[in-house]
Amino acid sequence: MTENRAQSAGLLSGFWMSMPGWARSIIKNRKALTGLLILAFFFLVALLAPLLAPTAPQRMVGRPHDPPSEQYVFGTTRQGQDVFAQMVYGARGSLRVGFISGTVIIIIAVAVGLTAGFVGGATDEVLSLIANIFLVVGGLPLIIVMASMIERPGPDTVIIVLCLTSWAWGARVLRSQALSLRNSEFVEAARVSGEPTWRIIAVEILPNMTSLIVSAWIGSVLYAILVQAAYEFIGLGDPNSVTWGTILYWAQNNQALLTGAWWTFVPPGLAIAAVGLSLTLINYGIDEITNPRLSSS
Amino acid sequence: MTTAIGKPGAGKPADNPGFLSKLLDSVYAIFTSRFLRRRFMFYLVAAFAAITLNFIIPRLMPGDPVQLLFARFQGKLDPRAFEAIKAQFGFVDGPLFEQYLLYLRSIVTLDFGPSIMGFPVPVFQVISSSLRWTLLLAGIASVMSYLIGTFLGVLAAWRRGGRIDTVLLPIASVIGAFPYFFVALLAVYILGFQLDIFPTSHAYDTAIRQDWRSTEFIWSVVYHMMLPLFTIIVTATGGWMLGMRNNMIGVLSQDYIVMAEAKGLADRRIMLMYAARNAILPSLTAFAMSFGFIIAGLLLTEIVFSYPGMGYTFLLAVNARDYPLIQGIYLMITAAVLLANFIADMSYVLLDPRAR
Repeated sequence: MTENRAQSAGLLSGFWMSMPGWARSIIKNRKALTGLLILAFFFLVALLAPLLAPTAPQRMVGRPHDPPSEQYVFGTTRQGQDVFAQMVYGARGSLRVGFISGTVIIIIAVAVGLTAGFVGGATDEVLSLIANIFLVVGGLPLIIVMASMIERPGPDTVIIVLCLTSWAWGARVLRSQALSLRNSEFVEAARVSGEPTWRIIAVEILPNMTSLIVSAWIGSVLYAILVQAAYEFIGLGDPNSVTWGTILYWAQNNQALLTGAWWTFVPPGLAIAAVGLSLTLINYGIDEITNPRLSSS
Repeated sequence: MTTAIGKPGAGKPADNPGFLSKLLDSVYAIFTSRFLRRRFMFYLVAAFAAITLNFIIPRLMPGDPVQLLFARFQGKLDPRAFEAIKAQFGFVDGPLFEQYLLYLRSIVTLDFGPSIMGFPVPVFQVISSSLRWTLLLAGIASVMSYLIGTFLGVLAAWRRGGRIDTVLLPIASVIGAFPYFFVALLAVYILGFQLDIFPTSHAYDTAIRQDWRSTEFIWSVVYHMMLPLFTIIVTATGGWMLGMRNNMIGVLSQDYIVMAEAKGLADRRIMLMYAARNAILPSLTAFAMSFGFIIAGLLLTEIVFSYPGMGYTFLLAVNARDYPLIQGIYLMITAAVLLANFIADMSYVLLDPRAR
């Protein structure tokens, strides 16, 4: 018995030691771990949606605006659809758009930020100017203008609109980091020893920016999820898709507030907030790991 | 100056400049700052970019832009009005550049054409009546959440591990992760419909005559503003708090803080005059940038509260596909954001002598 436990402890610690350093520090950080666990939960729900949902999300199964009961855990919508089924499938739609857009946004941001910071000169001036302009004239109003011009929004329209408008913030943050790394001694040394520019960027600069890129990526995913929800809540999204944003849109449209059908807008709102919180926590965790002075203990 | 001479021992006049000369110094600093001149040029370029984007976007969309924009209204509108709206957007026969110039001329003269929704009321008139509600809300909400958040952030950093740092900060951060409009929905549902404490829509009681000199009307405006303000302040404060706390922690480890402590200065003085004054500078730039986010959040909040500002009008315009109004609102919001940024830049110059 004891031997068994010792063995499993040995296995565990072996597993622990075999993990890369960054993974260990993330798991040891309470905030980052909490965030990761919440996020993993929603990912699991999204993956297993067909198994978890009792019925298809758009099917009318019950009476309109039935409060939560044993049969319909989260009640039904005005159209008599099962809110629980919608929530489970909505996790797919919301996470998919959030992570795809966030990833494309960060790829654009890295490309623009590194080029501007590393090449410098006129290239930097022009790229920075464009990024700064997008920071002040972009945002939700520009997104609404673009979306309102699209005649028939498909499920991926929001991704395209988000990626076109939202890369500037990340580009600016990454540019200033690239700029300070460019003038550091080890990059200078690499340049003197004749390394080609692409190698300096890929081998010397990028690894030193990993934590910043990861936190900018998480920030972009968070932004994408929040903006997507807002975008769909206004009614600009694809009305046939099931996401947390469109559930909220239908709740608002069906006077859920007035009729007291809280179960149609509280679950999607809380789910968006929980995913937002998990991403924020992961970012706080990364902040604390890279800058230990910030931790409150 | 006379008071300084009149009171013996009030210090040398140079150490104790009057309010007026301080004010003059500030005005001088604003006008001579190279930093501000550069920022001003930048905002001009940005405004130009927004105007140009507005011109390009409908033309980049697939299909014939004129068809796309105006097909819905053909037949519903008087043909002459239809031609007028098309001309407003530079959709005339002729090369693109000529269209662009025509479009620029109407923007510069603030002539956005008639709104389709409320034809024949000009877009500018529709916007100006809703703009003041949004600016009122956005102004109060952003300044208040910034001040409250920054102050709490200073306290959190000053008493590390204290109750503000370990209880209030996490709670504020959790609420900060909520989307604005969800907090708004909850506020309307709980405080409006269920408890019936606050009104759930409109900017004032429509039974009262709109008169800014009557206390009854102003009270009604304040009362209707409570919930939207509460929504934004509750959601936005957490971010400021954390930012300021982290800036403060960075500043508190500086040598001059240790020096100030060694000199035996009062704690409160070190906290406010030495640490907070320096820690606040980076967050001022963020404050300017946040105005855009506050406006975005406000657009949605207004929709939830049916508050007759830009956001609510924006929604109505989008639903009616009223393109002249949509574009006019976009330009107005952008102008407001640029102006707010410039004001924040000016206060930066006043607070940080290095920017002069």
